[in-house]
Amino acid sequence: MPDFDVVALPETDHVDEGDTAPDFTRPLVNTEYWEDRALADAVDGPTLLLFHPMDGAFQATYLYNTVDEHAWTDDVDVFGLSISSPYAHKRLLAERGDGVRIFADPGASVIEEYGLAHDIDGMTGITETRPAVFLLDADRTVEYAWIASEHPEFPDPEAIDAAIDRLVD
Amino acid sequence: MTEPPITLYRLQACPYCERVVRVLDEFDLDYRSRYVEPMHSERNVVKRVSGARSVPALVDSETGVTMSESANIVEYVRGTYGDAERGV
Repeated sequence: MPDFDVVALPETDHVDEGDTAPDFTRPLVNTEYWEDRALADAVDGPTLLLFHPMDGAFQATYLYNTVDEHAWTDDVDVFGLSISSPYAHKRLLAERGDGVRIFADPGASVIEEYGLAHDIDGMTGITETRPAVFLLDADRTVEYAWIASEHPEFPDPEAIDAAIDRLVD
Repeated sequence: MTEPPITLYRLQACPYCERVVRVLDEFDLDYRSRYVEPMHSERNVVKRVSGARSVPALVDSETGVTMSESANIVEYVRGTYGDAERGV
């Protein structure tokens, strides 16, 4: 028996497979600048949308290492989203996440709209996201979705590989 | 959605940038803001489009004009859009 606890997260009514990913406009950060961008305008083909805990959390670091190892940006557009500021996103993108752009949602209202809000014990006033992965087609239909049901929990990269193969091939 | 013809490279809380924003608003011009970092060395995109790393820098795809320095930009905006829009 491991001597640590994995916490089960409560049921949530989140965006799921078959839904149209709700549109939103937030600053979208690349390695050079950021500008307001609507998801509907940013998506023009197969797209991987990754909700992740704030930049600096090891969950975010692992996620971007995985994005690079699996070279998902070769096959699809990859967007991240977290509550971190554009400045933090730029620092993250200077080190990992080659070809990724990241939306900044410090108020977590996009996270709430997607049904992913997660209150972290001991960080009063901060609404986090639970980790979530959405693979979208060009009209923002969710073809594959994974939402963490435990804390902490990581997405399965092989399942994402397979979903990308199904959508792109 | 079509992109607005004017792109403003700016820095958060830069008064010279706000000055340009005021004149763009004055003439009701649609523009998009691209925010860059305070560190000059982090502003390669601005150097690439305008030849210098200073902000504000404005790119007007309607006229093909790219320029730096807020006083120049304000003069350009007034000269280009002032007469046509408001007869000033």
